[in-house]
Amino acid sequence: MRFGFNFWLGAGLTVLVILAGILAPWIAPFDPVLDADLMSSELPPDATFWFGTDAQGRDVYTRILYGAQISLTVGIVSQVINSMIGITLGMTAGYWGGWWDDLVNGLTNVMLAIPSLIFALAVMAVLGPGLPSLLIALGLTNWSWTCRIARSSTLSLKSQGYVQAAQTLGYGDLRIMFTQILPNMMGPILVMATLGMGSAVLSEAALSFLGLGIQPPFPSWGSMLTDARQLIQLAPWVAIFPGLAIFLSVLGFNLLGDGLRDSLDPHMRTRKP
Amino acid sequence: MTAPLLQVDDLHVRFPISGGGLLGTGKRVLHAVNGISFELAKGECLSIVGESGCGKSTTALSILGLQTPSEGMIRYRGQPLTGPGAPGRMERAKAVQMVFQDPYASLNPRQSVRTSLAAPLRLHGVTAASEIEGRIEAMLKNVGLTPEQAARYPHEFSGGQRQRIGIARALILEPEIVLLDEPVSALDVSIRAQIINLLLDLQEKLGLSYLMISHDLSVVEHMSDRVLVMYFGEVVEEGGWRNIFEAPAHPYTRRLIAAIPDPAAALDPTGKQDRFADLPQFTGRRFVSDGSTSPDVFTAPALSELVEIGENHRVRLASA
Repeated sequence: MRFGFNFWLGAGLTVLVILAGILAPWIAPFDPVLDADLMSSELPPDATFWFGTDAQGRDVYTRILYGAQISLTVGIVSQVINSMIGITLGMTAGYWGGWWDDLVNGLTNVMLAIPSLIFALAVMAVLGPGLPSLLIALGLTNWSWTCRIARSSTLSLKSQGYVQAAQTLGYGDLRIMFTQILPNMMGPILVMATLGMGSAVLSEAALSFLGLGIQPPFPSWGSMLTDARQLIQLAPWVAIFPGLAIFLSVLGFNLLGDGLRDSLDPHMRTRKP
Repeated sequence: MTAPLLQVDDLHVRFPISGGGLLGTGKRVLHAVNGISFELAKGECLSIVGESGCGKSTTALSILGLQTPSEGMIRYRGQPLTGPGAPGRMERAKAVQMVFQDPYASLNPRQSVRTSLAAPLRLHGVTAASEIEGRIEAMLKNVGLTPEQAARYPHEFSGGQRQRIGIARALILEPEIVLLDEPVSALDVSIRAQIINLLLDLQEKLGLSYLMISHDLSVVEHMSDRVLVMYFGEVVEEGGWRNIFEAPAHPYTRRLIAAIPDPAAALDPTGKQDRFADLPQFTGRRFVSDGSTSPDVFTAPALSELVEIGENHRVRLASA
């Protein structure tokens, strides 16, 4: 397989975010919550506080490292849930058709008609704030595009000769879906999932910004932005660095998705000698 | 008398077409196949010819079990292949297989040749790795490929090689009947002869029976023992290939054969000559679909019957 520059840039950024999240307890110079010191609040970046300090005097760099844990968990888990729901519904609807297809289509259209952030807000309102309900809310709200792509890919793949050949060779429906159809539509699905990881990170930021996500004093990039709102003119670094972290990780996920799509295309694959 | 290998008896396939009219109330029925009957004997090559949309592919899909017939029976060695007593996909797979028209769409791009040949064997209970490897190797040699090529992916092969892989996949379960759906029409002219000869060799070597679907009369002429001419869901003429190609009786068959490029006729200095004698006349009867009325797929065809007009030669006639 050959990977392009974009893939390596995306993979590099993603690995950076993953390492930041995993290694946070060891590499962070301070504690994200307890090392609050009002005497050293709103300090600009310097040698001690690389990214400056916030209104409570906590180190922004430390809080961004810990915030990566939240963003990664949200991005990955919610997309795994989304993809599983979308693939299962879309592939079976496209393959079997009939009333099941009508039902899934109806459900997808309903989901697309509801603004996903509002729906996530409603789910959060029922489940209460916190990480688990955040994961459930974002996992249940963004599967409709994956479902549509899975359905339309299945419809076009179903008429390919090799799917008919599999039927005549005696393969069962589920075996055909998993061995013949799913591998051939993984490209667009993976791209959707990585793009969705980016938007899930943004949704987490939005929900935390609205006060429904991660509760203070624990850090997430979104809740850090909320806190920075009042300080944007006095201490812009408190907003800039979490914003940059969100931007770079979303960019990383998106580039990774594009790169994966290109390299998963079998026409670009060459045989290992 | 033993039952024929494959017997299709009065096969009808109709598709309900919704749409038209307010609220989609204008439901109509498309008559794709109207009462096709034929038998396929062991070791025979029977061709179904006709234009696009005449129902030949629908007939093939019905035999494969990918299309449920509206009426009629299909039997394999006397056992029903359709209806309540029909076997599942697994049993059917060992009886009938298919070689697809487009070698670029008929191979899974994510499976190596070995995987696409080994998976059906495993599915059908061949578990020993050495046996699987041996059968794949033998099959690849049969179709003119080398065992080393098994590790490759479809996009590394040319169209002709892909069609050889498609043939290998169709034969790996050792079926008795192979449906050939326009097996060479997607290939370069220079490759066609190779694939046709390969199919003929395999037929002889493995005792296969072919049911070929084609609109390419020159291929049909080369391969078939018997020919079935279909027009708008009905068989209008059937017979041995010599009867069909040398003494076609039905006007539609004549039009099809006239469409084969014939260099001898083109070079004939006497100009255009009708290749065949005048149309035979039948008192009190006329040919079905002779051009006097335009066929309509949404109405059932008028009453008619296949009439024997010579040894192994029948043509569809209706009362005038």
